[in-house]
Amino acid sequence: MSEANNSDDNILDPWEIPLDGSFNVAQPQLFQQDAQWGYFERLRSEAPIHLCEESEFGPYWSVTKYKDIMSVDTNHQVFSSEGGITIGDQDEDFQLPMFIAMDPPKHDDQRRVVSPVVAPMNLAKLESTIRTRAAGLLDALPVGEEIDWVDNISIELTTQMLATLFDFPFEDRRKLTRWSDVATASPETGLIESEEQRREELIECLTVFTEIFKDRQKNPGENDLITMLAHGESTRDLLDRPMEYLGNLILLIVGGNDTTRNSISGGVLALNENPDQYRKLKENPRLIPNMVPEIIRWQTPLAHMRRRAIEDIELGGQQIKAGDKVVMWYVSGNRDGEAIESPNDFIIDRAKPRQHLSFGFGIHRCMGNRLGEMQLKIVWEEILKRFETVEVVGEPSRVYSTFVKGYTHLPVVLHPKK
Amino acid sequence: MAKVTFIQFSGDQNTVDVDTGVSVMKAAIDNLVPGIDADCGGECSCATCHVLVSDEWVEKTGGAGEQENSMLDLNPDREANSRLSCQITMSEDLDGLVVKLPEFQY
Repeated sequence: MSEANNSDDNILDPWEIPLDGSFNVAQPQLFQQDAQWGYFERLRSEAPIHLCEESEFGPYWSVTKYKDIMSVDTNHQVFSSEGGITIGDQDEDFQLPMFIAMDPPKHDDQRRVVSPVVAPMNLAKLESTIRTRAAGLLDALPVGEEIDWVDNISIELTTQMLATLFDFPFEDRRKLTRWSDVATASPETGLIESEEQRREELIECLTVFTEIFKDRQKNPGENDLITMLAHGESTRDLLDRPMEYLGNLILLIVGGNDTTRNSISGGVLALNENPDQYRKLKENPRLIPNMVPEIIRWQTPLAHMRRRAIEDIELGGQQIKAGDKVVMWYVSGNRDGEAIESPNDFIIDRAKPRQHLSFGFGIHRCMGNRLGEMQLKIVWEEILKRFETVEVVGEPSRVYSTFVKGYTHLPVVLHPKK
Repeated sequence: MAKVTFIQFSGDQNTVDVDTGVSVMKAAIDNLVPGIDADCGGECSCATCHVLVSDEWVEKTGGAGEQENSMLDLNPDREANSRLSCQITMSEDLDGLVVKLPEFQY
């Protein structure tokens, strides 16, 4: 579980290879083996704005320091989100427009429609439902034997939450998990066999949600997302633009799923790697609200966001040209010692814990940030009531992706409170 | 030094002394006034230091700048007198400033 250079044979030592246009951190296997840290450390110290000339995603700039990331993220006039926000481009024959990948004014209009569902006022109404469901889940877990934390807790809990937000048929909720996974998976992961299969499954998602949309047009729910879309001024005709409907669904499903899921798993791992912090937490559960943003920083569940320059611009002494891809590596900025003290340490009572990049900054800042924080807070409150420790008993398996930074498997044993 | 008063959503008030040149956001954070999150630390890029400027001070504090407006626009609770407090710098002219806090920061 070391974060130092990985000694795996396939991974080159980032300090031994030339730091030129061939230096490429955007390799999914690096992230799968948790071996990306040294690559970012070298970039931050020697080439904080770096052009990789060749990768499976084409040429791209890496922005790796906190301050530079902030300046790209807040300059949406030059660094456009139009057309995609991940390093990989969308399948040209299967374009999914979504508001995160739009510039103003369309971005603002569409975001405004759905943002109230995750507004704090609405969250207050959801809190008791989330707590009841989390408690039920934790109570039903077997203690004293090895279980997979990812599947049993992280996935199940976030999926239940998502079903609640969409008012999606509860018994079918694992479909949401599947669509979320399919949307971000590359064929190498084994989750899907081909791009064709991805399209087919996502079209099924659209079909199911089209029926729900039609239903909510006639029978509006109280405050679910689909009702909001079906009646919002700039989205009520979304069924006429099916790919845009699907794009925004995927955005909400992935946004509310992978991120929270992997932060729930990440918290367990971080506390196990730092037993002094786990002890501190058990002695003082009131640290939970402070620990939650620290987990989100430490985990950085989305490793990057991508922009495209729409005009020539100088950044940190480098000349970026119109049309260039610019990747903001949040995972690196969150470990930048010039912005964050002892950035590699997990400190649950850290000062100013919310000053991290995981939610992005500027107009595309995560709109579900408070919801995610609330879910983590509730989960940890309920865990501490029941378990002496959630003990990690083996190596985690990590996602093969440069975008979703998370876990596919985390073996744990639960030790009940005496 | 200048005074700024924060009126909480609950109606509670906190008046604090600040050095001129300091932002209203920082005045709140440094004095542990609740209700301001300031996630981005004063970069005008998170909109979690939202305040409503009391009517009589709106003219003196002036309007929101371009980037500030684009952030405020994303807030469903935005009012005509909404500002991000990291973008209001205290001066002798603003001595006595009164701002109200919204129920929630987003």
